[in-house]
Amino acid sequence: MPERPEIVFAGTDGGALTRIEDYEAADGFAPLRRARAMAPDDVIAELEASGLRGRGGAFFPTGRKWAFVPKPDQLAKPHYLVVNADESEPGTFKDREIMLRVPFRLLEGCLIAAHAIQSKHVFIYIRGEYEREFEVLRDSLEAIRRADLLGGVTVVLHRGAGAYICGEETALLESLEGRRGQPRTKPPFPAIAGLYAAPTAVNNVESITTVTSVLELGASEYAKLGVESSTGTRVFSLSGDVANPGNYELPHGITLRELIYDVGGGVPGGRELKAIIPGGSSTSVLTAVEIDTRLDFTSLVRAGSSIGSAGVIVLDDRCCMVQLGIRVSQFYEHESCGKCTPCRVGTRWLTQILQKIEEGRASQPDLDLLLSVCDRILGKCLCPLGDSDAIAVLSYVDRFRDEFQAHIDLGRCPFGGESSLEGILAPSAMHGRHGHEVVSA
Amino acid sequence: MSVQTQIRKLLRQYPEPTSAVLPALRLTQEEHGGWLPPEALREVADALDLTPAYCLSIASFYDQFHLEPVGRTIVEVCTNVSCALSGAQQVVEAFERELGVRAGSTSEDGAFTLGTVECLGGCGWATVVAIDNRHRLRVQAEDVPGIVEELRDA
Repeated sequence: MPERPEIVFAGTDGGALTRIEDYEAADGFAPLRRARAMAPDDVIAELEASGLRGRGGAFFPTGRKWAFVPKPDQLAKPHYLVVNADESEPGTFKDREIMLRVPFRLLEGCLIAAHAIQSKHVFIYIRGEYEREFEVLRDSLEAIRRADLLGGVTVVLHRGAGAYICGEETALLESLEGRRGQPRTKPPFPAIAGLYAAPTAVNNVESITTVTSVLELGASEYAKLGVESSTGTRVFSLSGDVANPGNYELPHGITLRELIYDVGGGVPGGRELKAIIPGGSSTSVLTAVEIDTRLDFTSLVRAGSSIGSAGVIVLDDRCCMVQLGIRVSQFYEHESCGKCTPCRVGTRWLTQILQKIEEGRASQPDLDLLLSVCDRILGKCLCPLGDSDAIAVLSYVDRFRDEFQAHIDLGRCPFGGESSLEGILAPSAMHGRHGHEVVSA
Repeated sequence: MSVQTQIRKLLRQYPEPTSAVLPALRLTQEEHGGWLPPEALREVADALDLTPAYCLSIASFYDQFHLEPVGRTIVEVCTNVSCALSGAQQVVEAFERELGVRAGSTSEDGAFTLGTVECLGGCGWATVVAIDNRHRLRVQAEDVPGIVEELRDA
């Protein structure tokens, strides 16, 4: 069993620290006092030294992101901290558990970050579907206000209303400004022109919560955890065909085998492991032989994938990879904001070509067309949403080409109706087809 | 407190009034029985000095806003990958049987709207079912008759 240091969930003892007295008894708010006694730049330097990198998916160094925010004397506009609590990448459910179990550590991290970037205004953009998480944060924020810990900073909880795209930072800012959640062109980056065109740091829930821990432990102690390219712990969301799904905080650099078998209890029902999605549905799939891949930034890049949001989905041998492609593609098609043509149209084409393959209506050129459409999406959109679909689908074809070929050669799905994803009803299919269909070849 | 008063209160949270459009639409939708008829969009528009067309453009973008009447109880089953692997389709079909309504529609008596939704962020506790936005975790097809009975009694 791998070691399981608790950093994000420290002091919870498996439960939740939702009463401010309990959180204070667990040394809560000492990191905030420490940070406020430091110069803002020293807090940023501490974060840079810790090696903490963003937990939302992009893995950008947190301290460096803050260093990009101009000082108030360089740019005389209000400065904003925006916390991205719009968790919605399929396979990822860690931020909600953080909000439910350590809400004060998150809010304390907000106040530390606000001090570091010299901001008096914090917005937490929380996913609209997270009802209980919103209530817990609202009550915790009220307790912090009553304890007079805000230090002149206002914290506003802003609820989303159901749009995956708002997890993309510029779409989130658009949404927070009261517009449709459509990504902006970058540059300018939010650090320079973010919310209301003012300097803005946008950070994920787990990143901000970990900021509190870094200030508590000190950068050098924190950096001892994990591996060189990926310091610290990570809250891995484990789901799919695994005996004990759930969130597990573990150091970066543990292997998929340790996570899935030692911690997660392995694949149930005597089934065989087939594939693993390591970082949320937008990351490239890995095969069973890659089970000893380490879960850190560098190792996953070397394996041709990404650590993403650390949402690990386990797939056993009942899963048809073409059906997986359809379901994943239906998601991105449904969530495309419609701004860029390659994404808006491309995700739809991917779904429809995959359906043609699944239904046994495809011939060889359709597989080439599928890859060609992926190529015409990749790198051609304003934000990563279209790429996510293309990367996922390409990886399924790349690693399970024989299975795609078998659909074409047999003229039917080789799983014969027995795939674990058989017949699943996606919302986009439920609401009926509209617009143009792909013309059959 | 009237919706207009609540919206005015909301405005104080934001440097710019347009930022209040999502929470204002949310409040107004609750007030109108779970959906946004044209007059609701006008109310929000008036309160925020926007046009009804602008409010419609926002409401139509976000999945949680409804532009057609919905049932008094909304049942939404997540059918994204992890829930799908854990039997979400059987859960959908069990709700269709028990409620007598197809996914994507509302029962004739207006009691229930049933639908499938994209990932609700509960993949480790599959299948996730949102009932009026409250999440039930680890729902299996055999749990559905009991859930529906409970909802009908409520």
